[in-house]
Amino acid sequence: MRTLLIPVLCAVVIVALLPLIAGYIVLVERKVMAHMQARLGPMRVGPHGLLQPIADALKLMLKEDVIPTNADRLIFWFAPVASVAAALVAYSAMPIGPAFQIADLNVGLLFIVAVSSLGIYGVVLGGWASNSHYSLLGAMRSAAQLVSYEVAAGLALVSVLLLAGSLSMKEIVQAQLDQGVWFVFYVPFGFFIYLVASIAETNRAPFDLPEADSEIVAGYMTEYSGFRWALYFLAEYANVIVVAGVATTLFFGGWLRPLTRYHDHFPGTHVELLDVVPAFAMIALALYCFRLAPRQPLRVQKRVMAAAGVKCVLFAGILFAALFGSDAVREGVHGAFWFLAKVGAYIYCFMWFRFTFPRYRFDQLMRLSWQFLIPLGLVNVIGVAVAIVLRERWDWNPFFSLVPTTIVTLGFAAWLTADKLELSGTDEDIAAESAAVLPGSGE
Amino acid sequence: MMLAKLLFYFFALLAVGSAVLMVTRRNIVHAAVFLVTTLLATAGIFLQLEAEFLFVVQLLVYAGGIMVLFVFVIMLVNLDIEMRAVRFNKQWTVAGALAFVLAMQVLTALWVGRKTFHLPAAPAALAERNTETVADALFSHFVLAFEVASILLLVAMIGAVVMGKRRAE
Amino acid sequence: MIPVSHYLFLSLALFAVGVVGVLTRRNVIIMLMSIELILNAVNINLVAFSRLYGSVDGQVFAIFVIADAAAEAAVGLGIILAFFRNRKTIHADEMDLLKW
Repeated sequence: MRTLLIPVLCAVVIVALLPLIAGYIVLVERKVMAHMQARLGPMRVGPHGLLQPIADALKLMLKEDVIPTNADRLIFWFAPVASVAAALVAYSAMPIGPAFQIADLNVGLLFIVAVSSLGIYGVVLGGWASNSHYSLLGAMRSAAQLVSYEVAAGLALVSVLLLAGSLSMKEIVQAQLDQGVWFVFYVPFGFFIYLVASIAETNRAPFDLPEADSEIVAGYMTEYSGFRWALYFLAEYANVIVVAGVATTLFFGGWLRPLTRYHDHFPGTHVELLDVVPAFAMIALALYCFRLAPRQPLRVQKRVMAAAGVKCVLFAGILFAALFGSDAVREGVHGAFWFLAKVGAYIYCFMWFRFTFPRYRFDQLMRLSWQFLIPLGLVNVIGVAVAIVLRERWDWNPFFSLVPTTIVTLGFAAWLTADKLELSGTDEDIAAESAAVLPGSGE
Repeated sequence: MMLAKLLFYFFALLAVGSAVLMVTRRNIVHAAVFLVTTLLATAGIFLQLEAEFLFVVQLLVYAGGIMVLFVFVIMLVNLDIEMRAVRFNKQWTVAGALAFVLAMQVLTALWVGRKTFHLPAAPAALAERNTETVADALFSHFVLAFEVASILLLVAMIGAVVMGKRRAE
Repeated sequence: MIPVSHYLFLSLALFAVGVVGVLTRRNVIIMLMSIELILNAVNINLVAFSRLYGSVDGQVFAIFVIADAAAEAAVGLGIILAFFRNRKTIHADEMDLLKW
């Protein structure tokens, strides 16, 4: 029973906190979007919209639950639940810091990939059960997109597996600690492929064709409303956190601090210089909150802002106190901090891309995966395998053995894109080109 | 120990129950959902048998890949006529007899060999590093079969492309 | 400990259901799915015996069976799509062009 206690506690904490976290990611996304577009974003509910997610959640729960007349009721009910369940199960192998992991599976990485790939049933079945053309189109798009990009993502993950020599998430982080470098520096192209593929897998812009609002209303979610719609939304953001967590673990050293090898202590203590950074960052955030608090127009908003500041001080206190605890406590708390910070940075990149790139066309999306990312991934995997042989047989320096791999992959990428770049030229370019090739046709 | 038994019977019941539902459903999409359930329950049984790698392969390839393909094709050919068409053909008696004979054969075999069927505890090496052991076997002893399987998949891929291609008018 | 025979019973049940499905349903897609069910039943057997003999060979075979199932599904569904395109039906007993 004892062995089950901690995993069950972790599971309960994750399941309870995830809706809240997803809600706040949505808020951050709206704020980031607004500021990128020179607007303010949500400002009404709470100071700077801090309570907006809670208001939204309440609204969604109170909304009328509409089921279309000819919908397949059973599957209509089941699909969003399947989506959320698949997204949540994936967390069971995710190491949020060395101490906070539900189960360190022997095949953890494959498990996460496999389970999150099951989430597609929620999308496809939901789109089918709605008995609407837009929904079905969205579902079909989603199925095709996910299957295509899973291959590319898988190839990107293989390049890391070859370097780490294990499928267990914990051991992959440990391998990065032992080799002294984050794998993103070893296989930048693996990371690039995973980054693109993970955006496509989570149906986010610029690859959000399954829910492209200007083409097919809201795709598979068209007929959903109220709480079921909220479930889809939760699943989507849960999936974003999963891919961010996988990328963090595989390419950015998971819970490891940046500059892991740098050990300088404060004179007279065993506290490392760099370990204090998180606490100070939190204090800075708290000071910012306290500075903003008196400027809020309403008294309630002042209080909420001050409360947010107090919470930051509390976090800073925990981070600071953990420094003086035992090694396990220190690594657990600070590991969780760094992991979440890296996940946050990755999700911020997702938002950034969303507001920067225009949406792809569906044939472009398919071509990008099958004709560019997958061949690139194959070359990258072969290159990494060769580099590992060089390293183990002839004792090459691990970093320099991987440099040729990167250069070859870069060359291959350039070769792959060369003729497509010409194709995407302007009409004048194409006309001029055909005029050069076929005299007389340039009129 | 109790937990292992509970898990096994839970997954076994789930697998058989949804298999029966799959064969009898009129709606193809419902049938596909029940087949996915059976496959997931089977994955659970693999895990319970400490075949971790196979468990993940079952999830990833069977439930996450092959069945998605099935659902995709079902949506391409989904016919409303199907809901009103006759579900079964006229081979119930043949099928029942065949299944019965098969079941009897296997039951006889089980009865004859009932003494030899005690499941020992898994050897430590097999349970600890399942993925590595499977990989070792796959790339040493079975390497030829592995290559043949890869050629089979290549041929199947080409075949599927040829089949799916619209003939130029 | 659960005796191996229970795994075999489970596999037998799934296999029999699969056989009945292949032989009685008219819908080709469901017939294909029933074949997947049969292959799945075989996998349970293989893994149970792999555990019984403490050797990993059964699991390797199961992996080959899964690869085979993937190939079969790809080609089978391709044929069904091509057939549906030409005849607008997916019923096995209406696929009687060769009986003419």
